[in-house]
Amino acid sequence: MKHKIIKYILMFCALFSMPAIAFAQDEPVPVLNSGDTAWIIVATILVMMMTIPGLALFYGGLVRRKNVLSVLMQCLILTAVIIIEWVVIGYSIAFTSVEGGLNAVVGGFDKIFLQGIGIGDLLEGYTIPELLFVSFQGMFAVITPALIVGAFAERIKFSGFLLFSVLWALVVYNPLAHWVWGGGWIGEMGAIDFAGGTVVHINAGISALVMAVLLGKRKGWNVKGVTPITPHNVPFVVIGTALLWLGWLGFNGGSGLAADGLSASALLVTNIAAAAAALTWAALDWVINKKPTVVGFCTGVVAGLVAITPAAGSSGVLGAFVIGIVAGLICFFMVAYVKPKLGYDDSLDAFGVHGIGGIIGSILIGVFATQAITGEGGAQGALYGDWNQLWIQVVATVATIAFSAIMTWILFKIVDAIVGIRATAESESVGLDISEHGEIAYE
Amino acid sequence: MKKIEAIIRKSKFDEVRAALHEADIDFLSWWGVKGQGTAKQGLIFRGIAYDVNAIERIYLSFVVREVNVQKSIDAILRSAYTGESGDGRIFVSAIEQSIRIRTGDRGDESLYDKEQKDA
Repeated sequence: MKHKIIKYILMFCALFSMPAIAFAQDEPVPVLNSGDTAWIIVATILVMMMTIPGLALFYGGLVRRKNVLSVLMQCLILTAVIIIEWVVIGYSIAFTSVEGGLNAVVGGFDKIFLQGIGIGDLLEGYTIPELLFVSFQGMFAVITPALIVGAFAERIKFSGFLLFSVLWALVVYNPLAHWVWGGGWIGEMGAIDFAGGTVVHINAGISALVMAVLLGKRKGWNVKGVTPITPHNVPFVVIGTALLWLGWLGFNGGSGLAADGLSASALLVTNIAAAAAALTWAALDWVINKKPTVVGFCTGVVAGLVAITPAAGSSGVLGAFVIGIVAGLICFFMVAYVKPKLGYDDSLDAFGVHGIGGIIGSILIGVFATQAITGEGGAQGALYGDWNQLWIQVVATVATIAFSAIMTWILFKIVDAIVGIRATAESESVGLDISEHGEIAYE
Repeated sequence: MKKIEAIIRKSKFDEVRAALHEADIDFLSWWGVKGQGTAKQGLIFRGIAYDVNAIERIYLSFVVREVNVQKSIDAILRSAYTGESGDGRIFVSAIEQSIRIRTGDRGDESLYDKEQKDA
């Protein structure tokens, strides 16, 4: 019933926007829309808040007290370093085009140091300044390598981490963003990734898995051991989760680059998926382990948010609900059963939640995409009888997995040879806070 | 003079303190400790339930005159008891000397408040 009402509302919105489209055709130069611009400024701030302090506290609370500062510092420094990297070259590689076939895989150098982008220039085809788009997308570039931190937490050398992350942003994130959003082959193929299921979450999640495997287990990590490695500050995890959840409304709600019905729908489905996944996780905890845990609930929230990210601009209420439940189920299964079985130490489950959640969302677009959201003639999923989109989504997902895995493996080997990545046994045992940063979190 | 130390359940701490107060023991120190023994503590982290043998207890420590030793032990035995595995231990040891910093009183004198009551 509700689904129908939303469908009608969206159709209604679509009707109203038609005269505007017609008008735009008469007037070839789009003008700046202050409503759109204001919302994307807010969304940019929200996405920044996801990394610091959202993700920083989420991860910081999950590690042991001797390593909390190392994780906070990794999130902080990535924010600063990637903001610079993005302006210097990242944006240009991701969002400009080059002549000929090469454009399918990488952008050019036309806008390095943001040259040629004036304050009056609008993003092509939109009603917001291009400089705002640079900032908004920059925050996505920041959070993606920060997500990987969860996989190698508590045992990485700071220098190795930093070199790896910068190289990763340059040769993995930027080209992939170009493939999907900047005019490259995945986007051209018709794959849907509204807010970063492939570019952000699968990409970070797969790289996280590769890093966790190559780096090896933390000393003393044994899931069935008598002294498991457990969070040092669960309230931090809760605050981090809440900030991630709030920030995600800008992450997904802003990805339409306008303040319109699509943004409203994206925001709504984001909340639905997060809620459904969190409840699913809590229910599984309650049934299987007899108690609903706080960290479990928080993990469920993030799994749902990740899964709906690529689908937020194409799925309706029904799709979001199912995607949330499936994400909660499969991520729980991965983290609680598959990880211990295979024995890789993904410290904070960056792969189990972001990698797997991203894959679920990215593929389920091919099932739940509906023309109620994508518009007449827009993409639709298998549920509505169109299997083509599902196939495209699978190709995009597999390509992302392969690219991230291979590139991360190569980068690991390079960085390990230059500066070394794994912290020494001594440093790991006293904690990275004191050994890498010379500070103690709590007196 | 004897030092009495006890490892007790966190859940029994308030009762033990009250019982010691009734036995006129009003000077004591305590701290939270982790340790291992036969008792287990359940813990769940991200879908996996653990039986952790690092369990939390309260560690009490105080020094009394000989006349109060048996009273103190009885108070703890009575108040910290549940009958389940993990109730803890009481240790008694000899103390060579005790000095109250404010007055310089030594021995038994230093262990109770002359002006107030005969503790």
